[in-house]
Amino acid sequence: MFRKILIANRGEIACRVIRTCRKLGIRNVAVYSEADDGAQHMRLADEAIAIGKAPAAESYLVIEKIIEACERSGADAVHPGYGFLSENRRFAEALEKKGITFIGPSVHAVHAMGDKIESKKLAKAAGVNTIPGYLGAISGPDEAAKIAAEIGYPVMIKASAGGGGKGMRLAWNEGECREGFVSATSEARSSFGDERVFIEKFIQEPRHIEIQVLGDRHGNIVYLGERECSIQRRHQKVIEEAPSPLIDAATRKAMGEQAVALAREVGYFSAGTVEMVVGPDKSFYFLEMNTRLQVEHPVTELVTGIDLVEMMIRVAAGEKLPFTQEQIELNGWAMESRIYAEDPYRGFLPSTGRLQRYRMPQEGRHVRIDTGVTEGSEISLYYDPMIAKLCTWGRDRNEAIRHMRGALDATEIDGISHNVNFLAAVAGHPRFQAGRLSTAFIAEEFPDGFQGAALPEAERNAVLSVAVFAHLESEARARRISGQMPGYRPEAVGELVLFVGDDRHVAQVQPAVDGIDVTIGDHIIPVRSHWRPGARRFEGVVQNQPFSALIRPRPEGFRITHGGADLDILVRTPRAAELARHMPVKLPPDTSKFLLCPMPGLVVSIAVSEGEQVKAGQPLAVVEAMKMENVLRAERDGTVAKVAARPGDSLAVDQVILEFA
Amino acid sequence: MQDIIRQLEEKRDQARLGGGQKRIDAQHGKGKLTARERIELLLDPGSFEEWDMFVEHTCTDFGMAGQRIPGDGVVTGYGTINGRLVFVFSQDFTVFGGSLSDSHARKICKIMDKAMQVGAPVIGLNDSGGARIQEGVDSLAGYAEVFQRNVLASGVVPQISVIMGPCAGGAVYSPAMTDFIFMVKDSSYMFVTGPDVVKTVTQEVVTQEQLGGAITHTTRSSVADVAFENDIETLNQIRRFFDFLPLSNREKPPVRPSNDDPARQEPSLDTLVPANPNKPYDMIELIGKVVDEGDFFELQPSFAKNIVTGFARLDGATVGIVANQPMVLAGCLDIDSSRKAARFVRFCDCFNIPIVTFVDVPGFLPGTAQEYGGIIKHGAKLLFAFAEATVPKVTLITRKAYGGAYDVMSSKHLRGDVNFAWPSAEIAVMGPKGAVEIIFRAELDDKAKIEARTEEYRAKFANPFVAGRRGFIDDVIMPHNTRHRLIRALAMLRDKKLENPWKKHDNIPL
Repeated sequence: MFRKILIANRGEIACRVIRTCRKLGIRNVAVYSEADDGAQHMRLADEAIAIGKAPAAESYLVIEKIIEACERSGADAVHPGYGFLSENRRFAEALEKKGITFIGPSVHAVHAMGDKIESKKLAKAAGVNTIPGYLGAISGPDEAAKIAAEIGYPVMIKASAGGGGKGMRLAWNEGECREGFVSATSEARSSFGDERVFIEKFIQEPRHIEIQVLGDRHGNIVYLGERECSIQRRHQKVIEEAPSPLIDAATRKAMGEQAVALAREVGYFSAGTVEMVVGPDKSFYFLEMNTRLQVEHPVTELVTGIDLVEMMIRVAAGEKLPFTQEQIELNGWAMESRIYAEDPYRGFLPSTGRLQRYRMPQEGRHVRIDTGVTEGSEISLYYDPMIAKLCTWGRDRNEAIRHMRGALDATEIDGISHNVNFLAAVAGHPRFQAGRLSTAFIAEEFPDGFQGAALPEAERNAVLSVAVFAHLESEARARRISGQMPGYRPEAVGELVLFVGDDRHVAQVQPAVDGIDVTIGDHIIPVRSHWRPGARRFEGVVQNQPFSALIRPRPEGFRITHGGADLDILVRTPRAAELARHMPVKLPPDTSKFLLCPMPGLVVSIAVSEGEQVKAGQPLAVVEAMKMENVLRAERDGTVAKVAARPGDSLAVDQVILEFA
Repeated sequence: MQDIIRQLEEKRDQARLGGGQKRIDAQHGKGKLTARERIELLLDPGSFEEWDMFVEHTCTDFGMAGQRIPGDGVVTGYGTINGRLVFVFSQDFTVFGGSLSDSHARKICKIMDKAMQVGAPVIGLNDSGGARIQEGVDSLAGYAEVFQRNVLASGVVPQISVIMGPCAGGAVYSPAMTDFIFMVKDSSYMFVTGPDVVKTVTQEVVTQEQLGGAITHTTRSSVADVAFENDIETLNQIRRFFDFLPLSNREKPPVRPSNDDPARQEPSLDTLVPANPNKPYDMIELIGKVVDEGDFFELQPSFAKNIVTGFARLDGATVGIVANQPMVLAGCLDIDSSRKAARFVRFCDCFNIPIVTFVDVPGFLPGTAQEYGGIIKHGAKLLFAFAEATVPKVTLITRKAYGGAYDVMSSKHLRGDVNFAWPSAEIAVMGPKGAVEIIFRAELDDKAKIEARTEEYRAKFANPFVAGRRGFIDDVIMPHNTRHRLIRALAMLRDKKLENPWKKHDNIPL
């Protein structure tokens, strides 16, 4: 076994690997960039070595620096995590030369699976289903159209060296195919310096399902079931689960055996993932193989009970797999939500800054949290914006979802924007709950972006009742202040009126043991909780169900966050509610006439002057936020009436840059 | 007897109707509540005891003899807020436009006199067109009677003014002399002379809102402390605010049971101050994480943002918080911030409210604008206020405490009771760079040497130890322990007794 493992990564995955090193009693070394000085992974590790400046290209991606850190610390093995150097052949080779073990597959396997065309040929050879298509060089649009006709429309034209959606074109007919071939070729050339493209059948309503494989250096290879990662936003996975609600035992076996066959074809050892695209009829086709630990590996760990990082380390040290395929059992259901620093209400713009508040739900039998930050950490723009992976486990899918929703409702993050409400909205979506997934789920269900979840009536009533409870508790506490007049006797409250936007709800209150019963309309909603004023997190039993929410006081009421919705609730006495009809309705200021700063930043330049006519799409100003230059463009045609900011100005979010006539 | 009771009921009904349904509807039409409705929402239900409901004006000129309305344009009395006694007057715009007559003024004076005797705050809900012109000099005399009582009550009982309609001319000077002014956005304004007179005299064209609206007074003039959205929100927030205040200068601040652990640690505070001394951080985060339940009532949040003032609780008891805000102008002291904080400190000292000061101050703001504006005298106000204050004073230096501004910010030398510093504190005459450029002026051309000198100065002074050696700070504390240490310090100081030498009054630079 290794004496000391260096983790060539950062953030949650570095912390994750350190956790297993600890368990195995192996000393561990973290590396960190200037931006990560003081970061969680650096503090958790037995040793930490600085490897350069904040940009990854000057630290985490520099092979020489990692090798140097190994030599300085005397590490005899390296775990690469995911991303960065994890699938870099040169890195694996460089380590080999120094006699340091790369905790991952062989250089050969990394190389073979790194090329999309090469890996498909291998898959075909191994008897793995591949998408009908043509992998050879295509001479021009004519040949492309001919091939497409043979395969049958719709087809997808893809760059050989591609990734991240670049150099990809969907074609439904010959015209689109010719056009798509030309544009995909040129995009491939400019993006990857490699203009080769291939054509394959496009699977409608595709699902992304992947098989986890694990092999040792003695030729034993097993599959650990599948993960479904269909919930994606622009090719970025959002929620993953294991097993897949689509896959039955026979399909699982077929997929698993094909994945193992492919792994065997390249002499695979360590953990790897065979990604498949699966149609609604359970037909599955090979996509690609990832020769590393996946971000979403915890869901597999939760249903198999196998520590994948431990297995990777043992296999790298030459040990045999301690189980056979027959001994692997899938137990229950697991789900993973990726919590990102991004603003779902503003087109998922990335967010950076200080995590002023960061309180995750309690870990336990049903909840697992993989994170690399703590309250007070800085989310910088240099790296992946993922804050944490929130995983839940249940005996079945419904239970896993229920725990996920509860855990999301108890997640407290302040200081930066985050996608917790969006995750909760997806987890609470009827289609998601029914398991009718596809990679187009988010695009189809949130076509206009995200404005907060719409709560079903019962849940909305529960939130309103919690507001009543919080109001009464707060009032009761306020009435315990010192210095009261003798004989002071507060009146009991029997009725309150709640205002949410334009909606008005009358709530009758009945005291009960350990709580209150709230009547809204025809519904009686019992609320039982030990919540006390000042607490941010509400935990209790509402409508006889466990209930979590976040509560923040606001003038005349609360903002309650639950189920992916922020509800601003005014709580008024009947008298105040009656008088409220006299209060003027104030419309929010019309911001369409303004160019507002979308994020805190520095004005680099203003491209227009007062009185100038601008066309939609024309650049108006450049704002630098955290060293990123963002070009702000005109949303519609108009005339600039006033320039309110100057280059060099430091602006807050929503501060006015330009005014239009 | 039955007849008298019937008459009484009639008079009450008439008084309750104020200026009549038409005027009440007009008041509602403007998005405003009536004087009585406001009192209903401000006080505990059923707690209001009205006085002088039957008072009428005594004017007989200009046809006033025939127009008498019981109450005469102001509702006065006492009641409770969460059980604590408070006196209230609420001007009734539906009765003679809420204008102030001799009788109207007498009613206000009556409750003010009683409030001072029994030791309870006065809240004035202002909604008045101004003087009752028909009464001439009687009305002016009435104002002066109120002014005189505002002055006598100052420092005896808290006085809160809420501007909920017009407040113009001489009328503004009563709120101006109270402790706090709150305004309602869009429906209240205050000015000495209105837009018409302004236009005649100076040719300036300006709207009421621009001249004296809630936004103007909370962001530009600093006449008002906080602006709220509407009548209901305003009265709701006044109730919240009232719970922070002692009833009089004879009492300690109120204690409200807290659910927050006094020993609560906040590990994230250990990373609040960035490694780079030029990088700002948000002082509000520190306040929010230290005080009970994160509940902070900020005063003048939109004015002189380089200093933060407001009330919070530590272990249930009210404290006044003064804090430099590094996010704005690097947290320096200037004319506006000095004035803002000085008045707040003096209020706390009047009413036995302990002062907690968070210091991160690079010095005073330089420039002709400041010097011509009299920063010397205005800065002296804050210095004076901290120095004369005898309430418990606990100070925490989080980062910079440079130069004269260090002295000002409730330093040990100004009788600070407990002065803490975080390990990141730098207590020095100025920053290392500036200091070296003066001390080693002769070496300025030699960049390497200057750099070495700067490093030397930084090592020597950019830490809490020099001040610690001299006892200017009592202890260096870990940021995560801040709440616990502040609460312990205040508990120790609970019965602090300190008196200034006898004097008629001091002579603070005005």
